Amino acid sequence: MDFAMIFFILVGALSVGAAVGVVTSKIAVHSALFLLVHFATLAILYVTLNAQFLAAAQVIIYAGGIVILILFVIMLIGSGPMETRAAYRSWVPYAGLALGILMLAGVSLTLLQAPATPIDPEANQGGVPIVIGLTLYSQNILLVQLAAILLLVALIGALLLARRPKPEESPTSNLRS
Amino acid sequence: MVPINYYLILSAIIFTIGAIGVLSRRNALIIIMCVEMMLNSVNLTLIAFAGQWNNLVGQIFVFMVMAVAAAEVAVGLAILIAHFHLSKSTNIDDVNLMKW
Repeated sequence: MDFAMIFFILVGALSVGAAVGVVTSKIAVHSALFLLVHFATLAILYVTLNAQFLAAAQVIIYAGGIVILILFVIMLIGSGPMETRAAYRSWVPYAGLALGILMLAGVSLTLLQAPATPIDPEANQGGVPIVIGLTLYSQNILLVQLAAILLLVALIGALLLARRPKPEESPTSNLRS
Repeated sequence: MVPINYYLILSAIIFTIGAIGVLSRRNALIIIMCVEMMLNSVNLTLIAFAGQWNNLVGQIFVFMVMAVAAAEVAVGLAILIAHFHLSKSTNIDDVNLMKW
């Protein structure tokens, strides 16, 4: 067991612990902070997998953007302690737990029987920005345009959806009455 | 070096935790966070396979996943806020406006 393996186990355990914290924490703000830790540890794992630029993008987009967005919404709508149990369909969490453990056991058994292939330390030339950029803007230019359209539509959709409805034109007032 | 299998097992563990969270929690914010976790575990798988096969397309596709995740969380939180204006609740068991 060399240094890389010990490092992987430490970071992976931190990542799994943070993920468990997201699911089990009673307060929404705590979940968001656990999510931040989870994203940071995943960025560290990306560096060990020769994806340096994606590690930076992970920190910027997820930790810097998405977690902050979620925290803003938590502050906006308030976050008291909320009940975690369903009012009905109470068998769904147990079914989910059983099916999840089943899937995990299947995947783990398959992967442990597969031959262990270590990663080439020079794979993808370390995933530095110049390599990623050359591949992204030469072969995959359509993907960039698709992502641009997707983000534009999401931006407009989020603006329209989150707009506070005027009292006289509330779209659901005639439904409720 | 760490074999690729361990990264895939870690990714499966994180995906399972996220799926269990989506099924067991009733707070819509937590559910959105768990969906983000599941997307991230898929990102880890894609990057691990990109390293194994020495192929950059896996890393490129992670960009697409990140764009979809950003769009999904923006629209999801907007829907959440719009519903919160109606019912003052983030419990998804209260989201039954279209149920007849």
